[in-house]
Amino acid sequence: MKRNQVTIDGNEAASYIAYKTNEVIAIYPITPSSPMGEKADEWAAHGETNIWGTVPVVQEMQSEGGAAGTIHGALQTGALATTFTASQGLLLMIPNMYKIAGELTPTVFHVAARSIAAQALSIFGDQSDVMAARATGFVILASNSVQEAMDFALIAQAATLESRLPFLHFFDGFRTSHEIAKVEQLTEDDIRFMINEDLVLAHRARALSPDHPVVRGTSQNPDVFFQARESVNPYYNACPEIVQKTMDKFAPLTGRSYHLFDYYGPKDAERIIVIMGSGAEACQDTVDRLEKKGEKVGVLKVRLYRPFSVKHFIQALPATTKVLAVLDRTKEPGSAGEPLYLDVVNAVFETASEKRFKALPAIIGGRYGLSSKEFTPAMIKGIFDEMKKKEPKNHFTIGINDDLSKTSLDYDESFTIESEAGVRAIFYGLGSDGTVSANKSSIKIIGEHTPHYAQGYFVYDSKKAGSVTVSHLRFGPKVIHSTYLVSRANFVGCHSFGFIEKYDVLEKLDEGGIFLLNSPFGPQEVWDKLTRDVQAQIIKKRVQFYVIDAYQAAHETGMGVRINTIMQTCFFAISGVLPREEAVEAIKDSIRRSYGKAGEEVVQKNFYAVDHALEHLHKVQVPDHVTSSVERPPVVSEDAPDFVKNVTARMLAQCGDQIPVSALPADGTYPVGTTQWEKRNITQEIPVWDENICIQCGKCVAVCPHTVIRTKVYDPECLKQAPAAFKAVDAKDRELAGLKYTIQVAPEDCTGCAICVDVCPVKNKSETRFKAINMMPQPPIKEQERKNWEFFLNLPEIDRQKVKHTTIRGIQSLEPLFEFSGACAGCGETPYIKIMTQLFGDRAVVANATGCSSIYGGNLPTTPWTKNKDGRGPAWSNSLFEDNAEFGLGFRLTINKQKEFACELLKKMEAIVGTELVQALIATPQKDEADIFEQRKRVAVLKEKLKGQETKEAKQLLSVADMLVKKSVWIIGGDGWAYDIGFGGLDHVLASGYDVNILVLDTEVYSNTGGQSSKATPRAAVAKFATSGKAFPKKDLARMAMTYGHVYVANVALGAKDEHTLRAFIEAEHYEGPSLIIAYSSCIAHGINMTESVQDQKAAVLTGYWPLFRFNPDLAKEGKNPFVLDSSAPQVPFKDYTYRQNRFQILAKTQPQRAKELLNLAQKDIYERWAIYEKMASPPPPAQSNQPQ
Amino acid sequence: MDLTTQYMGLKLKNPLVAAASPLSHHLDNYKRMEDAGIAAVVNGSIFEEQIALEAFNVHEFSLQGTDSFAESLTFTPEQSTYTFGPEEYLEHIRAAKSAVDIPVIASLNGHTVGGWTDYAKQIQEAGADALELNIYFIATDMDKTGSEVENTYVEILKAVKSIVTIPVAVKIGPYFSSMAHMAKRLEEAGADALVLFNRFYQPDIDLENLEVVPNLLLSTSYEMRLPLRWIAILYGKLQISLAATSGIHCAQDALKMLMAGADATMLCSVLFDEGIEYAAVILKQMQEWMEREGYESVRQMKGSMSQKSCENPQVFERANYMRVLKSFHAG
Repeated sequence: MKRNQVTIDGNEAASYIAYKTNEVIAIYPITPSSPMGEKADEWAAHGETNIWGTVPVVQEMQSEGGAAGTIHGALQTGALATTFTASQGLLLMIPNMYKIAGELTPTVFHVAARSIAAQALSIFGDQSDVMAARATGFVILASNSVQEAMDFALIAQAATLESRLPFLHFFDGFRTSHEIAKVEQLTEDDIRFMINEDLVLAHRARALSPDHPVVRGTSQNPDVFFQARESVNPYYNACPEIVQKTMDKFAPLTGRSYHLFDYYGPKDAERIIVIMGSGAEACQDTVDRLEKKGEKVGVLKVRLYRPFSVKHFIQALPATTKVLAVLDRTKEPGSAGEPLYLDVVNAVFETASEKRFKALPAIIGGRYGLSSKEFTPAMIKGIFDEMKKKEPKNHFTIGINDDLSKTSLDYDESFTIESEAGVRAIFYGLGSDGTVSANKSSIKIIGEHTPHYAQGYFVYDSKKAGSVTVSHLRFGPKVIHSTYLVSRANFVGCHSFGFIEKYDVLEKLDEGGIFLLNSPFGPQEVWDKLTRDVQAQIIKKRVQFYVIDAYQAAHETGMGVRINTIMQTCFFAISGVLPREEAVEAIKDSIRRSYGKAGEEVVQKNFYAVDHALEHLHKVQVPDHVTSSVERPPVVSEDAPDFVKNVTARMLAQCGDQIPVSALPADGTYPVGTTQWEKRNITQEIPVWDENICIQCGKCVAVCPHTVIRTKVYDPECLKQAPAAFKAVDAKDRELAGLKYTIQVAPEDCTGCAICVDVCPVKNKSETRFKAINMMPQPPIKEQERKNWEFFLNLPEIDRQKVKHTTIRGIQSLEPLFEFSGACAGCGETPYIKIMTQLFGDRAVVANATGCSSIYGGNLPTTPWTKNKDGRGPAWSNSLFEDNAEFGLGFRLTINKQKEFACELLKKMEAIVGTELVQALIATPQKDEADIFEQRKRVAVLKEKLKGQETKEAKQLLSVADMLVKKSVWIIGGDGWAYDIGFGGLDHVLASGYDVNILVLDTEVYSNTGGQSSKATPRAAVAKFATSGKAFPKKDLARMAMTYGHVYVANVALGAKDEHTLRAFIEAEHYEGPSLIIAYSSCIAHGINMTESVQDQKAAVLTGYWPLFRFNPDLAKEGKNPFVLDSSAPQVPFKDYTYRQNRFQILAKTQPQRAKELLNLAQKDIYERWAIYEKMASPPPPAQSNQPQ
Repeated sequence: MDLTTQYMGLKLKNPLVAAASPLSHHLDNYKRMEDAGIAAVVNGSIFEEQIALEAFNVHEFSLQGTDSFAESLTFTPEQSTYTFGPEEYLEHIRAAKSAVDIPVIASLNGHTVGGWTDYAKQIQEAGADALELNIYFIATDMDKTGSEVENTYVEILKAVKSIVTIPVAVKIGPYFSSMAHMAKRLEEAGADALVLFNRFYQPDIDLENLEVVPNLLLSTSYEMRLPLRWIAILYGKLQISLAATSGIHCAQDALKMLMAGADATMLCSVLFDEGIEYAAVILKQMQEWMEREGYESVRQMKGSMSQKSCENPQVFERANYMRVLKSFHAG
């Protein structure tokens, strides 16, 4: 049968089958499995049907726990139901998984296997999550490749129906879930052939139904629980044969024959690696190569992991096996060995008496590939080499340098088995330039236009703004088993000139290979602009060197900064992978298919770029000797702390793989303030201050998302050593008379978002296009501004008590303790965090929910939370996604308890400490900065007094003395956390009455995972999981919180009314009970021009969509109405807001009628909500509210 | 009294036509216009830039932030199809057509030759009785000659004419070196009518915010003089229809335009100022005046004061200038 060859990733491959074979799909976003749910939601929105001709129901839930519960319910009532997840998500499903398995319910959960957060979170791939679920009773089936992800999804679905056991079908996160490969797509007929209709009907017949009622889910007692638990054994015993039978049914259909354990290698192999997942493919590749060299090595691919069929396992191994190395992509600290290893040991020893092997094989176990750590042929050979030893190392690690516990194996990193046939290409791109999209398109083109196999894998940066992407592409005549990065390339494309100074982009280029550089310098000038090492490599490797000024070409063809089609055209032109003309036609065809939906103009613009790209492409005549005297600059400044120089800098240079275990903190504790050392230089333009017309309002400082615009007010004396170009003017505020004022921009940390310019209220009187701050090209002023910045940083900080904390003008010179984060350019969340740190940072402790803020706030290599010159600053931690409110409450409980304990100890030690000090320490209220300053002085005196004391109490008191200074607990997270997964906890913490400040950065979608709908998403907006527009209104979280009466609640939008935000932060922090601030946060997921995001915020408030208000229970105590509306009634229609945002426009352009209806309803929502608020805001005040504890 | 007139092949019950304006955004207004006696309605324009920009914006913003960060490779769910272009507008035309019996004339506003002209066909299929092509072009390019600008007009018109069978009127501004020649060229290129003139909204400066702002100022009767002159000049020299627009605020204005040679007189600002129902007043006063003065039909007075028919043809040319000055001194 003729099947389509499609170029897709593993997620889509699995999701395709899941969609075709199910009726109910419950989803929740989590990386790297989110795209499976996204695809299902899109298909459903587009009316795609399953094999029974009906469109499955796709329902997003509030958490993975919720998704699992829903699936459990759907299964119980007879639906074919499925879900997708990974990592912590799978852990949240475990309780239901026990139930689903215990009740012998057929289903398949598709899992993109990912690390579980331990010392740190990791979004990347390993099998820790799957292994954590191995006791649930789910069958576990592993796919190793994109093709297998599709094949095994179907095999799992067929086998679950027959076995009645639920399946966990998994593949490695990113390596398989995100690898793009050319695969054969199974047809609906294939699927129908595999799915036994009778079994579907049997499943339905077992459903809960009032028409033939049963009770399921009883509570059992010691008398029968045990026996009942054992009653399932026959099903588990039968399962392996059922799976094999299903595989056997599948084999003639497709020609792909699978077994529970697939051995690959010579029949007489002696050294066998046992492995599960994508790494098995790399092993197969390596075995091929080593076998040719006469090595007796093989690999056993574990496909069915649970139930573990000892019989099949042993039978699959060659009788000649002498050594088994069992590789686990997980870590189980404290165990006798990792799970697969223990299973293998057990299998071999349990069957020892059968004498399957000439001699009982030696078995060693090892860990590899945690968090998508590369697993290469070099490492595999290293393991095979180790197995040759008389006493090979057991419980080893491979791929790292474990200099601490000496677990790691040494291996020859230079060993490579890259195929000579075909093309192996590496592309270095910027996230914003479209390189990855172009490469995805190239893979499809080659996959579809040639008989060649194609593979693409993409490595991304840890920063969201100005991120670097590295694409690894392979094309060749044979099936590609290379589940590792390209180690030897015959083509390297460097799409940003700056990269050649930062990274060794030519390291993997073969001799005689092609190097394409996007360069502002032409073929004559470029050579002189290269560093010595780059020149040397080009000469030594006899590189064919091409340049193109792609930005110029993009500019000329109206493509902006998206150089994708231009670079793609050049790649095809010089790589020779397709005849040039055919390639151009294929690119155009691909453009039409990808962009055709967006209209002919978009298509034609891209065509134009393709047609003109080659005019800008030039071959460079390479001199025969190195001429440059320029060396690659150091990664970080010499002034950086040792940890940054020795550890962080290596990560920055993309050499983190070489960092030894001993260099890394064992408990996940890292120094703060490291972003300051990473000079990213990602923007071509930076803001430049016009001191002559500036009115010193501080608005640019307030809105700057990356804290690169700073103000200082200082004594004129300080200017004596100022660099010549340093700008300073007299401070305009009366209370700052006699002082100098400077706005300084950090030139190498700016992301170029230009919100500062948009928000500046001043215009140049002679040329009104200029403001008091203007974007100017960075390169010409970089050096000058770098010096200015350094000088600026050394200027003294202002006395915090000298400025008004209630005005934006006042706080502009307060030192921020959150800087240069990895957030997107123009991020709407980070200004709130920065302001919080300016106000309370030196006594704040922050609990941060997983999401954007935990990623830009805590993703290595560098992190933005920092400290002041006294060494004080926010202490930050991220626990999980779902538990952040509770996590933060824990902080408060500790602080309260330890403060209480400190007070008790003070009283006990009054004689030693002194009555006056004790009373002052205990009784002084800490209402403002001055009080806190005084309290800190008292604590310093106390510590001094305690230092000489040897008593137990003195030591105890010393350890908790700092708790006597007021601490500010901040619980920060996004709407996905606050409205959905963490809502239960948030609600409980609000109800608890404890003094915590909850800041909800409301972007109205799950921004970090790519914009999935949350309960904060507005009605009528399109989001992932709401492809047809959200049908229901946004949850009014504020109103829910206000019903308690004792919770301070504020709805703020910094861009709309900045001082309202400021006031809310101050009141919330001051309020001695729970506070909830819901902060409107502009986000690229809204599809807006981020530079003008402030205008969106203004529109949100003007339309009444985002009313500004504060609910302050303290006012109720004074007999006043606690609720104050701070914005006016809706003044303009909601559409004045929605027309600015792509999330609404998409619906208008896809389903105009639905868009109209939903927008009308959304407008009604606004009026109704406003009417309620207006009523709440009007007198008389309500009765006395409950008081906080 | 026969008030009927032929406008680019459409038989209108009287010469009053509602010009393209935001009033036509609301379907209810069509019925009000018909009830007030208006003989045809020109829909508010669909703009070339609007169609292209919407497509570009959705495309660009859907790509924003894509393939940059491992967890969020896209931010927008993939849609099966987008409907860019005139679908909403077409729906509006369909609804308007079913709401009233008078002719509905669609309006397409653009300034380049491009794919957007294809929308003309869809407009025809949606049931529009005719099309008004509003070529809104401000020649700011110092390298572009007058003839090049003129050619653009002709090419756009030809492109549209080549795909529709309904009558096509061309609405132009007065800024041609040789207006009469341009009118002839447009006739030769297939125009069924000329609509004189587009007022080209002039931008204003907001002193408070130091911003240049688009400013929609309603016309005054005075502004009818320019179209009046050109209609008077062109009448009888072209075979195609002439419609007068700009500054028609009362019955007298409309009568003057008809006498100059207009086949249709378009109302816009007055309907904003006085309300849609004011059209009935104008119509009534026109009729009263005609009756009083003994006119039998619109046809009878049409072009009666045109350059061709009037006593002193020079007054529409340079002599008119002399006369203005003279009267000024005299006053």
